[in-house]
Amino acid sequence: MSQMKTNGTQTRSFGQRMNALWEYANPVKFMALSGKVLPWIVGLCALTLIPGLIWGFFFTPEAANFGNSVKIIYVHVPSATMAINIWVMMLVTSLIWLIRRHHVSALAAKAAALIGMTMTLIALITGAVWGQPMWGTYWAWDPRLTSFLILFLFYLGYMALWAAIENPDTAADLTSVLCVVGSVFALLSRYAVNFWNQGLHQGASLSMDKEEHVSNVYWQPLVMAIIGFGLLFVTLLLIRTRTEIRRRRLHALMARERMSDA
Amino acid sequence: MLDLGKYADAILWSWGLTLLLLAGLTLMSLRASRKAKADLKAAEERRKNG
Amino acid sequence: MIALLIRDMRLAMRAGGGFGLGLAFFLIVTTLVPFGVGPDAEILARIAPGILWVGALLACLLSLDRIFQLDFEDGSLDLLATSPIPLEGIVAIKALAHWLVTGLPLTLAAPFFGALMHLESPGFSWMFVTLLLGTPALSMIGAFGAALTVGLKRGGLLMSLLVLPLYIPSLIFGAEAATRGMAGFNANAPLLMMAGITAGSIALLPFAAAAALRVNLR
Repeated sequence: MSQMKTNGTQTRSFGQRMNALWEYANPVKFMALSGKVLPWIVGLCALTLIPGLIWGFFFTPEAANFGNSVKIIYVHVPSATMAINIWVMMLVTSLIWLIRRHHVSALAAKAAALIGMTMTLIALITGAVWGQPMWGTYWAWDPRLTSFLILFLFYLGYMALWAAIENPDTAADLTSVLCVVGSVFALLSRYAVNFWNQGLHQGASLSMDKEEHVSNVYWQPLVMAIIGFGLLFVTLLLIRTRTEIRRRRLHALMARERMSDA
Repeated sequence: MLDLGKYADAILWSWGLTLLLLAGLTLMSLRASRKAKADLKAAEERRKNG
Repeated sequence: MIALLIRDMRLAMRAGGGFGLGLAFFLIVTTLVPFGVGPDAEILARIAPGILWVGALLACLLSLDRIFQLDFEDGSLDLLATSPIPLEGIVAIKALAHWLVTGLPLTLAAPFFGALMHLESPGFSWMFVTLLLGTPALSMIGAFGAALTVGLKRGGLLMSLLVLPLYIPSLIFGAEAATRGMAGFNANAPLLMMAGITAGSIALLPFAAAAALRVNLR
């Protein structure tokens, strides 16, 4: 900044602004910033998630062909949305780690995995519980349910690989490679499963298609719940990433202690 | 209490399990965070003193 | 490169893991299934392509950890990594060697084992074709999984957890193509998709596997 002032330029080029963004990939800066932002995000999360869920649970009417079971949508759809988006986020952070080698990025991917797995599990459980009254069975090999089961397996493998490798940098590298390759195969599985069995799932509930669009009464609390789930993810992600950074620092300190002891 | 009709079981189960899982995840994250913070603090102290 | 291929195949065969073990495992799986579901010929014939595919997949998985593990332990992988052949090429050759000692025998044996499952006569050639086009992908994906877990003490179980989900697309398209072909439907679409996955795996996965190996050799 001081250099820029001596140059007398106040406007920063795009490249410089991008560089400023990357600065937050520095663990110390990240800790400082995330510590400041965290309370605000927690507040926002509480402000959307709790009213959204209460609205969805208590103040929505019955749907013509679903009856009251439509209330399940307020936990099913947000968790399913998050389950997929978290994997995408992990793919992006893995790529950032592989290309730019920012430690925060790798640790954020690690921190996100358990949240993503929980979201996938919630989507699967609520789907199964909903399936029983709607389709008459807990489990159908419907493409979307099957894809989520496969996604769950991918999360499991990813986390198992993290847990198995001791050296943190090796683990970050290998899990990132696995995440990238896994994403391609997860996408392939999605198409394969679609091909294999045309399902009973209703179309995307948020699609812009008029026919499929869920009416406003259901849609508004649903959007609120989705935003709430998203903010919950950001909150947990920040907390868990901060934990991972601290653990990493601790790991380094311990290693140094052992070195000086020896 | 509102009447959930014939789907009461399904609704309560799915909401209950969802909230349980999310609460569990949050508690786990918070506990891990607290532990990491304490451990790191202890290690930093040791480094300063020893 | 050919010398490496021959060396790898010889090692695999001498370890008794190659031809023998994979095929024996495949035979046992196809024998056990009728015990589980009953000897009804109609049911067996219907599930035969799926069982044969799953059996081939598991038999393939069985010998994967041997692709890099021995060379990693005795240090020859380090030597190979510094040799003039790029690591990507070494990975591809090792996957090819794995295919020649497991995938190919499985493909050749599948029609005969299919007879145990009351597979009907058009099924023999369909099993052969789908496995011939599909098993190279299994070996290549497996080599990637083996490269990821090569540094670990007990990587076998972890590797199956990593590799099996990656096998899903090949399995779905392969078994679907065999089933459709047997029933006399047009099986071009799944067959082409599977061949595409195989081609894509062979083209791209050596790079990912080599990257993983480099990390593990660091």
